[in-house]
Amino acid sequence: MLEIIKQPWHWAIAGILIGLTVPTLLLIGNKKFGISSSLRHICAMCIPANIPFFKYEWRKELWNIFFVVGVLLGGILATTFLTDPNDVVVAESTKISLAKFGITDFSKLMPVQIFSFDNLFTLKGFVFFILGGFLVGFGTRYAGGCTSGHAIMGISNLQLPSLIATCCFMVGGFFSANILLPLLFNLF
Amino acid sequence: MKPTKENKQSIITRHQDAICTNESKIEQPFWHHIKYLIVGILFGIVFVKAEIISWFRIQEMFRLQSFFMYGVIGTAILVGMLSIYLIKRFNVKTLSGETIYLEDKKFNKGQIYGGLIFGIGWAITGACPGPLFAQIGSGFLVVSITFISALAGTWVYGYFREKLPH
Repeated sequence: MLEIIKQPWHWAIAGILIGLTVPTLLLIGNKKFGISSSLRHICAMCIPANIPFFKYEWRKELWNIFFVVGVLLGGILATTFLTDPNDVVVAESTKISLAKFGITDFSKLMPVQIFSFDNLFTLKGFVFFILGGFLVGFGTRYAGGCTSGHAIMGISNLQLPSLIATCCFMVGGFFSANILLPLLFNLF
Repeated sequence: MKPTKENKQSIITRHQDAICTNESKIEQPFWHHIKYLIVGILFGIVFVKAEIISWFRIQEMFRLQSFFMYGVIGTAILVGMLSIYLIKRFNVKTLSGETIYLEDKKFNKGQIYGGLIFGIGWAITGACPGPLFAQIGSGFLVVSITFISALAGTWVYGYFREKLPH
């Protein structure tokens, strides 16, 4: 049994479990599923700086902080006890494209040729950590949600704004992965 | 269980640019949050085991070279949709007997501009906010820099919010 769990899970299993998070959170406490707001609550808690957008009763949303701390712990548990020793299976066509950018190591979930502290003070590090992170934090809040809030919770609740936001996530991602990233990789 | 004391302005602000809000009117003791920690742990395990947190999966998705992520998100939406339909249809209550409250979201241009900006960041970092936490948990500690930068992005949005087109 443990051997089966250790293998990479099928997309349908993952999709069902993630989808079930929606009713679970609603049923156990009238909470709507979403993750990016946790970033806002941390701002409201630690650095509100008298900005109106951060002046609200963040204690009401502490559950969201517990949820994301859980996600972090889940990451630790899965990696410590349930790791699959094999390389990540990546589509051949993606491998070929990434090899052109010097990404050839598929041993871990993240490319160690990018996501390591050695790159922190380089242009590569600036793009992938600082710029990328900033766009995620700024963009999700501007859009009013991320993949979980808009794409899953919002579309599940038949919200047109969420469908529009999700389409924009995809357009931004297509542009970034196919046009922007190849240009950026040329700089390193 | 006593009702929460929260002024109207705080409720309005809390719902601004947010989907995942707490709609419960009940104030519960602190240890009740453990439930969300447990759901989060399970969620984090799914993220890692289905390799959703992988930068490679995100590149495959945006290069249309794999069905995997479309399968995950599509299935999750179907399950979520069916669940919400059933909750509304049968007026299912929460465990503490509250009516489940699902409001409608209004459209604003932020969903377009912000959506495009987030999409660009998503393909670069290989992470939406959820996977950021799980990536750090998986031992990619350098992602904590990405996380701090995401916090900065959220803060800067809050600072300039009134000046941005919505």
